[in-house]
Amino acid sequence: MTVYAALGAIEQGLVYGIMVIGVYLTFRILDFPDLTVDGSLPLGASISAVAITNGINPYLSLVFALAGGFVAGMITAILNTKFKILHLLASILTMIALYSINIRIMGGPNVALLGSATVFDGVIGWGIPGQYAGILIFAIFSLAVTSFIVWFLKTELGMAILATGDNPRMITSLGVNTHAVIILGVGLSNGLVALSGALIAQNQGAADVGMGIGTIIAGLASVIIGETIFGDNSVLRAFIAALLGSVVYRLAIALALGLEFGNFSFNPSDLNLITAVLVICALIAPSIKKKMVAR
Amino acid sequence: MKKVCKVIWLLCFSCMLASQVHGATYSISVNQFVEHPALDAVLKGMQDYLSDNNVDVEYNVHNAQANMSTANQIAQQMIGEKADLLVAIATPSSQACAQALKKAPNDLKRPLLFTAVTDPVAAGLVDDLEKPGGLITGVSDLLPVKKHLEMVMEFKPGIQRLGVMYNAGEANSKAVVATIKELSGEMGFKVVDATAAKTADVYQAAKSLVGRVDAVFIPTDNTIISALESVVKIGVQNKLPIFAADVDSVERGAVAAMGFDYYKHGYQTGAMVEKILKGASPATIPVEFQKDLQLQINAGFSEKMGVTPPQALLDRATKVYN
Repeated sequence: MTVYAALGAIEQGLVYGIMVIGVYLTFRILDFPDLTVDGSLPLGASISAVAITNGINPYLSLVFALAGGFVAGMITAILNTKFKILHLLASILTMIALYSINIRIMGGPNVALLGSATVFDGVIGWGIPGQYAGILIFAIFSLAVTSFIVWFLKTELGMAILATGDNPRMITSLGVNTHAVIILGVGLSNGLVALSGALIAQNQGAADVGMGIGTIIAGLASVIIGETIFGDNSVLRAFIAALLGSVVYRLAIALALGLEFGNFSFNPSDLNLITAVLVICALIAPSIKKKMVAR
Repeated sequence: MKKVCKVIWLLCFSCMLASQVHGATYSISVNQFVEHPALDAVLKGMQDYLSDNNVDVEYNVHNAQANMSTANQIAQQMIGEKADLLVAIATPSSQACAQALKKAPNDLKRPLLFTAVTDPVAAGLVDDLEKPGGLITGVSDLLPVKKHLEMVMEFKPGIQRLGVMYNAGEANSKAVVATIKELSGEMGFKVVDATAAKTADVYQAAKSLVGRVDAVFIPTDNTIISALESVVKIGVQNKLPIFAADVDSVERGAVAAMGFDYYKHGYQTGAMVEKILKGASPATIPVEFQKDLQLQINAGFSEKMGVTPPQALLDRATKVYN
């Protein structure tokens, strides 16, 4: 792994970290396994890309993307709460519908943003080199999102979301409408995922309908890596762990890409296997360490 | 916890050292989007051209396994590898590399050569095919769609309805299908679409065409080609001839294909690689299109799908499978 690749991995980890925070919100806080993200990530990307190519300010396009993702998440949650469709199925339905919707939005499967205005222009304009501009922007965005979520979960409404995930019966008895809370929570989660998608598209120079494939896998892996390595004994710590989990996941991929042992070299097609093995190592390392300490 | 961190950093560091060993005259970093017979052939063709012409090259080949975010990470990895030239195979990988290049500091910027990209202008890679003007140029695999359709009409005269199978999510295929629809009017047939979003849907999409079309045409669509055998099966069961747009599919059971072999596409790419490695500027090298077209026919599957290859086409064919 070269320094440049490591920087790239950190950059990717931070921008996908915003998605991971969204996944944490549904998967851990609301206890709502949500596969909508595979569709809402490219949804955010396509909304942002189309807005930018139509001359809208790239920052404003992020707001549109966030709103689009919010609506997508709300639809999943409404299907689940109001129409009693199992959460997994409801989210799969929204996800596959979004595939067609994204192609409609973009008028095709791919919109190029190479050479268009993006959120990086301002920062690069200050003289910060391109490879650090991404890290800086994404660090700001991901920390802002983390702070917002942590603050939000301490408000009364946020407490209701936490309680709905933990003990829906108790919170209902306190007179809170759990349906509304779930709809808000899943909407917020997908809004963040779409925001992440919009930033990814601006970073990689294109929105593509296929870019959402595997989002939930990366999201869950990052959540669990973060929990295992960095712990989750407070809300703040849990969200920072999720963000860092995403960075570790991307570093594992970067490591897998550059892995060589003397004359033995891996095939390019071994990438996914190596990534999986590295993530497994990261996951079992803490428990092995615990055993060592116990002795 | 500290120990774990230490181990991780040591691992990272040793890999950094290991990946910076160079021996050959030139080095090339490759970003291939997915394992796929046609794309693999492009890589092989390029490598063969360079070794046939005694260009001593060391390769760093990466494969994104069809994942956009990995393609993006590979692009950044490649910038850090400081090779002499970057090669990107297929559109998503090329876009990822172009973007990484744009952000790279000046001392890490390298020429980028794309290959197996259908429409480099729409993909945002170059503004002008004749004068790319920057660090990026390459070889386009735009299909000569009209020649294909003429061959299909010659193979099975009197086609009224032509089924076209593709993934609506693939930019390359959409461009080809739009061209087919434009040409259908003057050539006197109707187009019936069947789309599949993933390989698992291909069989069903093929079935949906049975009884509604006289023949099926498959453009260079990654999704459909990956599941070509299921289309061939339906073709044989229902005496429905299946035509493809890439010759690699003929061996796998398509009746006939015109087009180029992706191996030759890679070979042509290799020639361009050599030019750039030896000092030519990508800014002045026009984007190239496929030079050699060939015709391949699978006589065995033609019979199974109820058509007899016309003698005139058999005479012109560069390869006939039985």
